[in-house]
Amino acid sequence: MTKLTDLTITEALQGLNDKKFSAVEITNAHIAGMEKARGLNAFITETPDVARKQAAESDARRAAGKAGDLDGIPLAIKDLYCTKGVRTTAASHILHNFVPTYESTVSQKLFDAGAVMLGKANLDEFAMGSAGITSAFKPTISPWSGSDPANAARKLVPGGSSSGSAASVAAHIAMGATGTDTGGSIRQPASVTGIVGIKPTYGRCSRWGIIAFASSLDQAGPMTRSVADAALMLRVMAGFDEKDSTSVDVPVPDYVAALGKSVKGMKVGLPREYRIDGMNPETDVLWQKSAAMLRDAGAEVIEISLPHTKYALPVYYIIAPAEASSNLARYDGVRYGLRVAGESLDDMYASTRFEGFGKEVRRRILIGTYVLSAGYYDAYYRKAQRVRRLIRNDFEEAFKICDVILTPAAPGTAFAIGEKQDDPLAMYLEDVFTVTLNLAGLPGICVPVGLAQNGLPMGMQLIGKAFDEAPLFTAASALEKAANFTHKPPLTA
Amino acid sequence: MTYVQGTTGEWEMVIGLEVHAQVISNSKLFSGASATFGAAPNAQVSIVDAAMPGMLPVINEKCVEQAVRTGLGLKAQINLTSVFDRKNYFYADLPQGYQISQFTQPIVGKGEILLDLADGSTRTVGITRLHLEQDAGKSMHDQSPNETYVDLNRSGVALMEIVSEPDMRSGEEAGAYLKKLRAILRYLGTCDGNMEEGSMRCDVNLSMRRKGATEYGTRTETKNVNSIRFVQQAIDYESQRQVEVLESGGTIKQETRLWDTTKGITRSMRSKEDAHDYRYFPDPDLLPLVLNPKMVESIKATLPELPDEKKARFISEYGLKPYDASVLVAEKASADFFEKVAKGRDGKLAANWVTGELFGALNKLGKTIDTSPISAVALGELVGLISDQTISGRIAKDVFEEMLASGKSAASIVEEKGLKQVTDTGAIEKSIDEILAANADKVAEYKSGKDKLFGFFVGQVMKATGGKANPAMLNELLKKKLS
Repeated sequence: MTKLTDLTITEALQGLNDKKFSAVEITNAHIAGMEKARGLNAFITETPDVARKQAAESDARRAAGKAGDLDGIPLAIKDLYCTKGVRTTAASHILHNFVPTYESTVSQKLFDAGAVMLGKANLDEFAMGSAGITSAFKPTISPWSGSDPANAARKLVPGGSSSGSAASVAAHIAMGATGTDTGGSIRQPASVTGIVGIKPTYGRCSRWGIIAFASSLDQAGPMTRSVADAALMLRVMAGFDEKDSTSVDVPVPDYVAALGKSVKGMKVGLPREYRIDGMNPETDVLWQKSAAMLRDAGAEVIEISLPHTKYALPVYYIIAPAEASSNLARYDGVRYGLRVAGESLDDMYASTRFEGFGKEVRRRILIGTYVLSAGYYDAYYRKAQRVRRLIRNDFEEAFKICDVILTPAAPGTAFAIGEKQDDPLAMYLEDVFTVTLNLAGLPGICVPVGLAQNGLPMGMQLIGKAFDEAPLFTAASALEKAANFTHKPPLTA
Repeated sequence: MTYVQGTTGEWEMVIGLEVHAQVISNSKLFSGASATFGAAPNAQVSIVDAAMPGMLPVINEKCVEQAVRTGLGLKAQINLTSVFDRKNYFYADLPQGYQISQFTQPIVGKGEILLDLADGSTRTVGITRLHLEQDAGKSMHDQSPNETYVDLNRSGVALMEIVSEPDMRSGEEAGAYLKKLRAILRYLGTCDGNMEEGSMRCDVNLSMRRKGATEYGTRTETKNVNSIRFVQQAIDYESQRQVEVLESGGTIKQETRLWDTTKGITRSMRSKEDAHDYRYFPDPDLLPLVLNPKMVESIKATLPELPDEKKARFISEYGLKPYDASVLVAEKASADFFEKVAKGRDGKLAANWVTGELFGALNKLGKTIDTSPISAVALGELVGLISDQTISGRIAKDVFEEMLASGKSAASIVEEKGLKQVTDTGAIEKSIDEILAANADKVAEYKSGKDKLFGFFVGQVMKATGGKANPAMLNELLKKKLS
C-alpha cells in the first residue's frame, strides 16, 4: 500500500470514499510527518489537536453520507489567513500574540468542505519576500537539496512568500496548502519546490480575513502536488463574498471538468519580452521544451509581445509598498498585538513598530510612504498606475491572438539561505515573471516541468484571461501530463 | 456689509465654513455596527471598526442615499461616479491608521444655500462640495491621570463634510449659514444637527482684506467650533486678531487654530509646515462608487418641501412678511405648528401669535416647539376666537396666559370668565354716553383741539366694560359721538 502521505488529494478522496483508510489515519500520518520534518520550520503554529478533531468529525460525516468536496484532506493554512481561536501572526513579531475571533472567508469555505487544518504555515513577514527568510519565526527551509555538492551542505530556500505552504506540500507533510500571491508568492515558491500553485483572477477569492499586504494585488490560491488537486481546492476557495467589495459576483466554473481536455487548436503565446538578460540558460531551455510539449499535444505555439513587461517590477515596487504602508498602519500597539511602551503616543508608535516589524517590512513601509508623499505622488504612484494600465492593455492585446500564455515561473532554481539576502534588488528579481499578472489581475498557474542540472525543480507559468481559469487548467493538465514530473525531494514524510 | 474697523481703515472678512454633519443611519459607513449616540464606551464597535487584521470596508447604501439626498437639497451637482480615498495619519482613536474619505472625486459637487438675514434680505452662499467620510473614535484624556482612554463607538460613523465657498462676510452671515444648513439637513432627515452632541461640527476658514480689495488674504482654519454662538464669537475674535497682526505690519500665518471655549480665544494648533502629509490615495479595498441615475431620480422624487420653498409658499399663501416666514420655516416643527394654527384661519394673525406670544412664552419657559404646553390646535382655537370677534386681541393675551397656566382651552376660559367681547352697539353706546357725561370738561377740551384725549375716552370705556368692548366698534362709535 502506498504511504498515506504520498497520496494526492484526488487519490485520498477516492480512497476515503472506498473506505481504504479513514480521515483520522490520513491526518495522523501527516501529523507524524509534520513532527519529523520540524527542521524545515514550515509551520509557525502546529494545530494537531484541531486536526485530529476535524478528522474525526470528517469520518463521521462521511459515514453519514454527508462528506464535503474536501472532506478529511489535511491542509497547511498560510499564517496570513485569520483563523478563529488559532494564533495568526503574518510571521511578524508585531502580531506574535494575536488570536483572531473570526475565520477568514476562504479558510471557512475550506473547513465547510471538510478540510482539516494541520497548522499555520510559515511565510515571509506580511508576505513580503521571495525566499521565506524574512519571517520573524525564522526562515523556512526547502526539503530539496539538489545534486550540487555545494548545495548539499547548505540549506536552500523554498521561495516565498508562501514558503511554509510550499515546503510542507513538497515535503508531503501537508496534502495541500493555501497560499496568497501579491507578486508571485504562490507561483515562485511552487516553481522552486516542484509543486503546482495557482493565483486565480483578482476578485475570484475573497480577501476578507486574510491579512492585507497590497489590497489591489493580493489574491488567495491553492498549492498542491497536482493540477487536479489545485482545481479541486480552488473550486472550494473561489466565490463572491459580499464582505469583500473587490470580490466579483460571477459563477465559479467547474475547474475539475476542464482537466484532461484536449489542447488541440489551443493557441499558446510565448512573450518575447520574457527572455530577459541574466536569465538562467536552463530556464530558457525548459521553457522551449515545455512549449514543444504543448505543441506535441496539439496546441499551436506562437510568439507574442508584451511590450511593457520591463516596467512591471518597478511599477510593482511602487504600488505594492504604497498600499502596504497604509495597510500596515493599523499595527500601532493600541488595540492588539505587540505594544512597546513609550514616553508619548508617538514614542509608543515608533518603539512598537520598530521592534515589531522586520527590516524588509520597514523598508517597504518607507518606500510606500515616500511614493505617496506630497510632491512625489504624481511622479511615482500616479505614473505607476498609468503604466499598470498599459501592462493590462498588453495582455488584452495578446489575448486577441492567443488563448493562454506560457512563461517561466521564476528566473532560476532555489538558492541558499543567506544568498541575495543583502541585495533586495536581486531578491525582487525573483518575481520578474509573476508580478505582471498581479498588476493585470490575471490568473496564472505554475506547473513543475523538470529538474535543472543542479537537481532542483523548475516550474512553468501559464497565464489566462480574467475569470477564465478553466482553459488554464486544461493547458496545465496537458503540460503536467507531458512533463510527467515525478521527482521528490529527499526530505519527504 | 459689515466691516471691521481697524486703526488704519476698514477691513472685510472672508469666511468659508467646513461642516461635518453626522449622517442619520442605523449603521456605520463601512460596517454593520450601530451608529446611535450615547451607548456605553466601545459597545458599538465591530471588528471592521476596530481595524482588526484582514478586515475590509463595505459601503452602506443608506449613507450614500443620505448624501445624495443632501446634495439634492443643496441644489448641488450629484456626481454619478465618486471615489473613496485613504487619508493617512496616526492617532490612537483612528484604528486603521487612515480615514476613508473622498478627496479628488466627491459624491456631491457645487451647490448653494440661500441665507435669510435679520433685515429680511437674502444672500446666496456657494457650496463647493459634499463628500462622505468616516468619523474617528474619541480619545478621553480625563479618565485616568496617566493614560488616555479610547472609545471607538464613533469610529466609522458616516459623516458628510460640507464645504462652503468663501462667500460669507460677517459672523452674522456665518450664523445664518449654519442655521439654514441645519434646517435643510433636518428637513431632509439626513442629519439631526445637534451641535451639542457633536453630530454637527464646524471649522471656520477666515481671512481679512482691506475694504474694496479683491484678492484674498492668508487664511487660518479654526477647528472644533461647536455651536453657532461660538462660531460667531470665534469669528469676532479671529478677525480682530488678524486685523491687529496686519495693522502692526505682521503677516498672517496659514495655520490651524483651535477655539478655546473657556477663554473665548483661538490659539495656534499647528502651522502649515507642521501640517500632516495625508498621503491620499484611492482606497484599493473599495471600487469607485457608481450611482444609478434612477436611484438619484427616485430620491429626488421623495424630497420634502424645503425651507426656501416653504417660505415662498407661506408668503404667497398666507400673506406673511418674508422675515416672519423665514422665522417660521427655520425649524420644520415650527412651520408645521404654524400651519396647524393657520389652517382655515387668518394666516398673518396666526403667524403673529406663533412668532410673538408663543415663541416668547417658550423662550421664557425654556421649552421648544415640540414640548410646547399649548398645542397647535389650542392656539388655533384662540386665533379663531379673535378672528370671529368673540374676543379682542387684548383679551386674547390674557386668555393665552391663562391657557399657559391652567392648560384649559381658550373657549372654556372665555366662557368661564365671561370674556366674550361686547359687540352689541347699544351696550357700547350706553357705556360711551356714561363716560362722556361723567367727563364733560374733557369732552370740551377735546373739542377745542386736544385730540390726544381720544385715547383717554377709549381707555375709560374699556375699563368700564372690563376690556370686552370690541375695539373697532368702540372707536367708530366714539368718533361719531364726539364729532
